[in-house]
Amino acid sequence: MSSPTRFKKTSLIALAVAIVLIIIGIVVNLLPIPDDSMWRVLFGVSTLNFTLRATVPLALGAMAGILCERTGIINIGIEGMMLAGAFAGFVAKVATNDWPLMASLLVGVAAALAAGAAMGYIHALFSIKFKMDQIISGTFLILLAGGLTSYLFNPDSVAEGKFSPIAIPFLSKIPVIGDIFFNNPPITYAAFIIVIALHIGLFHTKWGLRSRAAGEHPRAADTVGINVNFYRYLNTTLGGMVAGLAGGFLVLEAVGQFQEGMTAGRGFISLAAMIFGNWMPFGALGAATLFGYTQGVQNALLLAGVVNIPRHFISMLPYLVTIIAVAGFVGRVRPPAAEGKVYETEGSSE
Amino acid sequence: MGHFSLRRLFRSLLIPVLAVLTALVVGAVIMWLAGDNPIAAYKGLFQGAFGSARGWATTIRKWSPLLLTGLSVAVAFQAGLFNIGASGQFMMGTIFSVWVGINFADMPAIIHVPLAISAGILGGLLWGAIPGILKVTTGAHEVITTIMLNYIAALFAGWTVYAGGSQGQKPGPLWDPAAKAISQTPPVVESARIPFIFGPPYRVHWGIVLAIITIFVMAWLIYKTTIGFELRTVGQNFKASKYAGIRVGWTIILAMMLAGALAGMAGAIETLGVNFKFAPEFGGSVGFDGITVALLGQTNPFGVGLAAFFLASLAAGGAKMQFDSGVSSDIIQVINALLLAFVAAPAIIRYLYRIRKSPEEKETTPKISWGG
Repeated sequence: MSSPTRFKKTSLIALAVAIVLIIIGIVVNLLPIPDDSMWRVLFGVSTLNFTLRATVPLALGAMAGILCERTGIINIGIEGMMLAGAFAGFVAKVATNDWPLMASLLVGVAAALAAGAAMGYIHALFSIKFKMDQIISGTFLILLAGGLTSYLFNPDSVAEGKFSPIAIPFLSKIPVIGDIFFNNPPITYAAFIIVIALHIGLFHTKWGLRSRAAGEHPRAADTVGINVNFYRYLNTTLGGMVAGLAGGFLVLEAVGQFQEGMTAGRGFISLAAMIFGNWMPFGALGAATLFGYTQGVQNALLLAGVVNIPRHFISMLPYLVTIIAVAGFVGRVRPPAAEGKVYETEGSSE
Repeated sequence: MGHFSLRRLFRSLLIPVLAVLTALVVGAVIMWLAGDNPIAAYKGLFQGAFGSARGWATTIRKWSPLLLTGLSVAVAFQAGLFNIGASGQFMMGTIFSVWVGINFADMPAIIHVPLAISAGILGGLLWGAIPGILKVTTGAHEVITTIMLNYIAALFAGWTVYAGGSQGQKPGPLWDPAAKAISQTPPVVESARIPFIFGPPYRVHWGIVLAIITIFVMAWLIYKTTIGFELRTVGQNFKASKYAGIRVGWTIILAMMLAGALAGMAGAIETLGVNFKFAPEFGGSVGFDGITVALLGQTNPFGVGLAAFFLASLAAGGAKMQFDSGVSSDIIQVINALLLAFVAAPAIIRYLYRIRKSPEEKETTPKISWGG
């Protein structure tokens, strides 16, 4: 393997698309283009704001996936972890409705993190201790979260209030960029911090090296004294927390309420973003932005009513792009080598 | 298959039966913790499924789609593939069959019904072939491609019946103008509807007989034919089957086509026997339930039949359970999920009941990995 920080082709493509998008957005919004022009519809500030809102849960979900999969635990249950986080955040928010708003919302975030962590831990326990097939364990998480949240949800309860935007001094005054990036509610900022932290953590710390070793070559990792299963438990639980935060974002920052099945496939698109981004944090962020943009554009086109392509076909884009990416038509993606395999130390295996 | 022995039969039933019991007990604990009365709930559930002729009829009506999607997932498992795409294949089967079903109004039923079912099978087969071909030609993992194809199928199906929007969005080709703003197809014509065995209010149609025949066909195909042998060999030992001269690529594509065809057939039977039209909200959790059914049935066609019957009875009893005991029928999805966990990880059941693993016993749960 070459230098681990070097971007592979797909992650580069994903990132490039996201950057090009931002640059076009800046240029278009600074030029005196009439409001009803196609450029305004496709790259206006409102479209890009919507893109960012759609991107945050996808990016967080993808980071959750990277955390688990880099240590060798396949996680297709992100969808369920997100839903559990969303529901827990909602219940905690409703229970503390009469507290000061910020305190109540933070309790909601804590609950979302805790629920996600619990889901992550269950996934690790099933995958490692009980040797359940990891894909089936992920499927279980999705079904469990879907069933439990529907069963426990009381449609009469209402969460009062949600996170409001915090303008960053000076930066938010920059034209266009300030409007898009520096005037957002807290979980959005947190998402970007998590992406950067995960990149640094994975590629520039001891923890990251050990985690990746557990996912690439557990036998070798074990030989040099790394506790493979400890890192798998730890990172899968952390991944669950990040996915739970994505759910918390939906309830506490984006929508303000819980709805049954409100994750609506975001966990699966996150999975797609992770793969398209080649298991690299920035690559996955780029892919998440691309997928978020298809949602932003869909919204903008519907509002503007200018295009005859049925909205269903625009919505298909993220899924098609993912198939194209995993089929290797844009440069092969490569998962961590030891993914999905139970690791047993010498001796403990029968 | 080896010779039959009572001890072996007992062994093979032990884990699934304990898994069912454990799932029901854990489900009861969850209900109790949530402040519901689990005894009243299970009583309502049982009565809803088996307490009346109508209950039995509902159970049988819900049996066929679960049975067929279960077989779909099971046949893919036999070949070492995880078909998480049954819901997309079901959807395509639905769209193909509904298209035949709402057209050709003057065709005699003896041709129209088989034609519409065949169309559904074809729709599912084609949709199932895509991940198979992608896996063989490019190595793309079927779990990812089938999940993505589920969404594409749902969006495609949604578009075909789309009523159009106020912003100049055109309606879809299968939309019923008589339904005005509602996105749905016109009703399936009389000649394309699967006849009833027991008419209203029971509405049990001949589709279930077709589904049961399919169990035997699949059992024969998997255990008695060369194709089935190749399928199982590829599933058990990918490398060895290559050296043995089996055309592995073709076998994988065939397995996915079979899986798709079965799920497509489920969609066709639901459309032509129960719903008589298509609207985007149809389908529901049928693909995921197929996974639970396949694993509970230990991927054996007859086991799948039994497992599907059990899940069908849960689904059928849900309405009465909710009505009688006030317990939301959503708990059934929780029980299904638990059931999936317990059958997929026999280690949990063995751990809970301190059962030892017998040396000749093979894990029935297939192992799947990203690498392929």
